[in-house]
Amino acid sequence: MGEHRNATREFVCIRCPLGCNITVDMEDGKIREITGNTCPRGADYVTKELTDPRRTVTSLVRIEGGELPVAPVKTAADIPKDKIGDCIKALKGIRLAAPVRIGDVAAENVCGTGVDVVVTANVGKG
Amino acid sequence: MEKDLVIIGGGPAGLAAAIAAREAGVEDLLVLERDSRLGGILNQCIHNGFGLHTFKEELTGPEYAGRYIEKVLEQKIPYKLNTMVIDLEAEESRKKVTVMNREEGLYQIEARAVILAMGCRERARGALNIPGYRPAGIYSAGTAQRYVNMEGRMPGKEIVILGSGDIGLIMARRMTLEGAKVKLVAELQPYSGGLKRNIVQCLDDFGIPLKLSHTVVDIKGKERVESVTVARVDENLKPVPGSEEEIPCDTLLLSCGLLPENELSETLGVKMNPVTGGPEVDESLETSREGVFACGNVLHVHDLVDYVSQEAAQAGKNAAAYLSGSRSGQGRGIPIRAVQGVRYTVPSSVDVSRMEETQVVRFRVGNVFRNAAIEVSCGGKILKSQKKQILAPGEMEQVILKRAELEQIEDPEEITVSVRAESRGRD
Ligand SMILES: Cc1cc2nc3c(=O)[nH]c(=O)nc-3n(C[C@H](O)[C@H](O)[C@H](O)COP(=O)(O)OP(=O)(O)OC[C@H]3O[C@@H](n4cnc5c(N)ncnc54)[C@H](O)[C@@H]3O)c2cc1C
Ligand code: SF4
Repeated sequence: MGEHRNATREFVCIRCPLGCNITVDMEDGKIREITGNTCPRGADYVTKELTDPRRTVTSLVRIEGGELPVAPVKTAADIPKDKIGDCIKALKGIRLAAPVRIGDVAAENVCGTGVDVVVTANVGKG
Repeated sequence: MEKDLVIIGGGPAGLAAAIAAREAGVEDLLVLERDSRLGGILNQCIHNGFGLHTFKEELTGPEYAGRYIEKVLEQKIPYKLNTMVIDLEAEESRKKVTVMNREEGLYQIEARAVILAMGCRERARGALNIPGYRPAGIYSAGTAQRYVNMEGRMPGKEIVILGSGDIGLIMARRMTLEGAKVKLVAELQPYSGGLKRNIVQCLDDFGIPLKLSHTVVDIKGKERVESVTVARVDENLKPVPGSEEEIPCDTLLLSCGLLPENELSETLGVKMNPVTGGPEVDESLETSREGVFACGNVLHVHDLVDYVSQEAAQAGKNAAAYLSGSRSGQGRGIPIRAVQGVRYTVPSSVDVSRMEETQVVRFRVGNVFRNAAIEVSCGGKILKSQKKQILAPGEMEQVILKRAELEQIEDPEEITVSVRAESRGRD
C-alpha cells in the first residue's frame, strides 16, 4: 500500500456471493473514490481491507454424546484477519455436551477479540 | 397412500417449495428425504455467505437451512426422513411415487402433483482420464467436506486439488485452517469454475496457488497417494509435453463441478435439457409432464441458495395453482433461445397469458466476457440491453422479462438471450 500513495486498487468484494469488482482511487494514501460496488457493504469492505482487514471464521467444535461427533460454529462477528489462526487453535480445545442448538455460545470473547463463537447447527443427543 | 402433492428432496429447494405450497393452500402434502436430517447439502456447508438476499444477514449453511426447517415444523408440514424415492411413473395425470424406508419397506404413493427437488451430485469427470493406480487418498471434494465438517475427520495432510469449483475452493481453506498444507489448486479451463469471492477468501488469503489451464496427468503411490504430476494444457485442453511438475502429496481432491441428480426425472420420461442436465421447464417451472415441477439444483446448478429458495417458492406456488385448477388458460408458450455466448436459459419457454407481471430468466454464459452486454430480443426488437463489466461461466446471471412488453409484440416466435461482446478475456 505504502509505495503507491496515489494509486488505483482493485478488489473483489467478499461480503456476498455477487463478488462485485470494486475500484478504489487513492490520493495521498487516502481513499478518494470507491466505484463498482452494488451496495454500501462493498464500500465498507474495501475501507476495512485497507485499514483493518477482518474475516468471519467458521470451524467445528467437538460434541460429546451427540448424534454427530462435531458441531459447526462461527464467530458471531468478524475478527481481525491475523487472529484467524489463534481462533482456530482455541476452538480445538473445546468440548460441548449434546444437545446443542443454533446460537449457543461455544466460547466467549475468543482470543481477546471481544467476539463470541456460537454454534450454527442443532445437534441432538446420539 | 394418496397425496395431493409429493415433494422429492428435503434440501433448501424442497423446503421452500413445501412452505410456499402450504401458504398457497395445499393441505395434503408430503416431503420425502433420503438422509437422516432435513437441509440437504447445506448441512455440510458450514462456511458463511448464505442468505444475504433473503434474510439480509450472512448465515452459514446449517443456519440458513435451520430457518426453513423451523417454518416447516411451525406449519406442521409432514415429512419423512430416511426415505428414498426409487421410482417415479406417470399415468395420465396420476403420478406413482415408489419409496423405500427401513421401517415401512417398499410402497407406493399416488400423487396429483410432484415437485422434483433432488439437488445435484458431483461430476466424476477429470478423475476418469488420469492414468496410473487408484491408491487411497483420492476423494471428491464434497465427500471430503462431509468427512471434515460432519464427521470431524481429515482426509490427509498434504493436498492437491484438481478443479476450482466452489466446493474445492472452500475445502482448500477449510483444510488449511485445520492444519493441512494445500499445495495447489489446478484448473483445466482457462477460468475458474468457482465464485470470485471464494478465490479471494479461500486461496488468496492463505497464499494457495491457483494454476489455470493445468491438469493432473499422473498419480504415484501404491497403497496411498505419494505424489501427483500436473501439466499445463493447450487451447485444446491437451497436456503440453515438457510442462510436467511432480508435487509430493498424500491426498488428491477432485472438484470438477456438479451435475443435477436426474435418474428419477429420466425414468419419468420428462424432456431433458442436454446443457443443464436438468429437465426443461416453462415459466411455471413445470416439466414436459403435466403436474410435475422442478426447482433448485435438480433443475440447474445454482451458486446461490437464495435463488434456489426463490425458484422453489415459485414452483410450490405454481403446483398449488395447478392442484386448485386456478391456472389461467394455457396459451402458446414462446420458446426462449440461448444464443451467442449464452449456454442455456431457465425457463426455456414463457406463456404470456399465464406469466406474472415479471418473469426471471436465469442463465449461464460459456466463456469470460469483459465489457459486454446481455441482450434480450423478440420479434426483431431489442427488449433489453444490460451492460456487464464481466461475465463468467462460474456465475449465474439473470434478466427480467416484463409481461407488458411481451404483450405488445405481435405473434412472437421466439425470445433470444445473447451476449454482445466488446472484448473477450481469457483469465
Ligand atoms: C460446497 C458448496 C458450497 C456452497 N456455497 C454457497 C454459498 O456460499 N452461498 C450460497 O448461497 N450457496 C452456496 N451453495 C449452493 C447451495 O448450497 C445449493 O445451491 C443448494 O443447497 C441447493 O439446494 P437443493 O435443495 O436444490 O439441493 P440439495 O441441498 O442437494 O438437496 C437435495 C435433497 O434431496 C435429497 N434427495 C435426492 N434424491 C432423493 C431421492 N431419490 N429420494 C429422497 N430424497 C432425495 C437429498 O438427500 C438432499 O437432501 C453451495 C453449494 C455447495 C455444494
Ligand atoms: S458490494 Fe454489495 S452486492 Fe457487491 S459483492 Fe459486496 S456486498 Fe455483495
